[in-house]
Amino acid sequence: MIVSRREVFLGRALLVVLMLVTVVPFLTLFVTALHPPGTYPAGLAWPEDPHWSNFVDAFTAANMGALLWSSVLIEIGVVPVTLLIATLAGFALGHLRPPGHRAIFLTFVVGLTLPFQAVIVPLYYQMRDMGLLNTRWAIILPLIGLYMPFAVMWMRAHFVTMPEELSEAARIDGAGTWKLFSRIHLPLSIPALSSLGILLFLWTWNQFLLAVVLVDDPARRTMAGALGAFQGQWGTDIPLLCAGSLLILTPTLLVFLVFQRRFVSALMQGALKG
Amino acid sequence: MVQAPTTGTPGRRRAVEEPATSTEARRRAIRARRLRHGWVGLGLVVPAAAAYAMFVLRPLALTVQYSFYDWNGVTSSTWVGLGNYARLAENPEMLGSIVNALELIVYFSFVPVALGLLTAATIRKLAASRLALVSRTVLFLPQVIPLVAAGIMWTWLLASDGLVNQVLRAVGLGSVTRAWLGDTSTALPAVGVIGAWVALGLCMLLFLSGMTKIDPSLYEAARIDGAGPVREFFAVTLPSVRQEIGVAVTVTVISALAAFDIVYISTQGGPANSTLVPGLEIYYLGFFSRDVGQASALAVVFMLLVLAIVLPIQRLTREGD
Repeated sequence: MIVSRREVFLGRALLVVLMLVTVVPFLTLFVTALHPPGTYPAGLAWPEDPHWSNFVDAFTAANMGALLWSSVLIEIGVVPVTLLIATLAGFALGHLRPPGHRAIFLTFVVGLTLPFQAVIVPLYYQMRDMGLLNTRWAIILPLIGLYMPFAVMWMRAHFVTMPEELSEAARIDGAGTWKLFSRIHLPLSIPALSSLGILLFLWTWNQFLLAVVLVDDPARRTMAGALGAFQGQWGTDIPLLCAGSLLILTPTLLVFLVFQRRFVSALMQGALKG
Repeated sequence: MVQAPTTGTPGRRRAVEEPATSTEARRRAIRARRLRHGWVGLGLVVPAAAAYAMFVLRPLALTVQYSFYDWNGVTSSTWVGLGNYARLAENPEMLGSIVNALELIVYFSFVPVALGLLTAATIRKLAASRLALVSRTVLFLPQVIPLVAAGIMWTWLLASDGLVNQVLRAVGLGSVTRAWLGDTSTALPAVGVIGAWVALGLCMLLFLSGMTKIDPSLYEAARIDGAGPVREFFAVTLPSVRQEIGVAVTVTVISALAAFDIVYISTQGGPANSTLVPGLEIYYLGFFSRDVGQASALAVVFMLLVLAIVLPIQRLTREGD
């Protein structure tokens, strides 16, 4: 590739500046979290006496143990079920193609651009009538439904690419639909399923609107929803708020850094398909 | 939305699969099997369709229904026809929230898309260097954290004693410092900065994945023809990532119109409604004013607005593929 030295220099400068803009907010959050509680620290100044105990204080003040557990319960309620029913539907619409599959699929696609706010008011009354307000079910059940357009489309797109010959061969060998699905197609879907799983995990962890509207008790919310309540309660104690925010966003960063490759490709495909 | 076309029909495939000597009985067996598969196929869709119908389609229909009533959520409701829509049309607060959402598109979408293109083109050129590798990871970080956390971070950065103002003072621009989120003239752009910060990584990676598919010989040819980096960018790079641009614009425009988390955390729609967006206004109307009908009418208009903006973008970028 022909690239002049000036271009290389300008390019490097651009990347460095953008990286600084990206990283500095994280650093500010971290440095501020180490200042004495209740103070208004001046920007990026390392404290004379770092208060590492702020993290412990924020952990207890926010009842972080309960919050983590609550988020885990919600993830367990949402992700496996969504994966399961979206895979079944994706297999049917993408591979078996029963009569009417186009119309059914289009009905799912219609929901793709739907912002959650468009249905949040009726959802509230629906949850109230079902007696589920202020329970984790009020977040779990609507999320499964709201993820359907994307998840079904994702799994269908995967099954559509599966070669027809594969199923023909299995059928000739006498495999029924269930065997065809569980022995042949499911094992081949693991990459698509795990990418979708990572996306669903992240979206659920970061879900804010449903948590704020449908569940009053922060200890029964998602992490992001709990952080909103934490800000309301401790918004004036900047170092403590920063420490709490860091604790809540760290798991997402860890998941990202551990699964980075799969994660990025999942989000890319997610955006491209969505 | 970017879909591979379904190829062939089940009927045609079966016909090929069966030998030409098939008897009447055999044909009947095939038809029976196809029908059975049809039922199995429909059965497998039922759980997903039920969840979708229950928690998306039903509330969607209810939103439309509520929008024709005056209801506080507790006592009985009264039919008001298009009354809620008429009120919306002359209410500066609700109309203002829609205008604000449209303005946010500039910051949430145009800025990160433009910057993302520039960054992706740069990273592609420095492909082998360590800096390019690291920056791919680093620039993506804001995309994975909760938007609420991004809101809290930036609220602190943009405060009157925050880092942004400190830097401005340090470079002698002390006169422009202010509480960026607390000033009616700067609050919306300040919220926009937060959205742009979050979206840049996604746009950049999307474009980068599009650019890796470009044939390097195109660049060689452009350079040999005497094109500079700017010409090269507009003649080779930009047309090649047209589809990715469409995707990035779609995703970020939806995030701008549906903004909620960042605004809720950083300004609550203030000061003086200067950052009020439809998502937040629906929340206030529905759960604080308890004006369910009005909230629903705004939700319907909001939904149509999203479709009216997103569908043309889809059509534009799909053409010619």
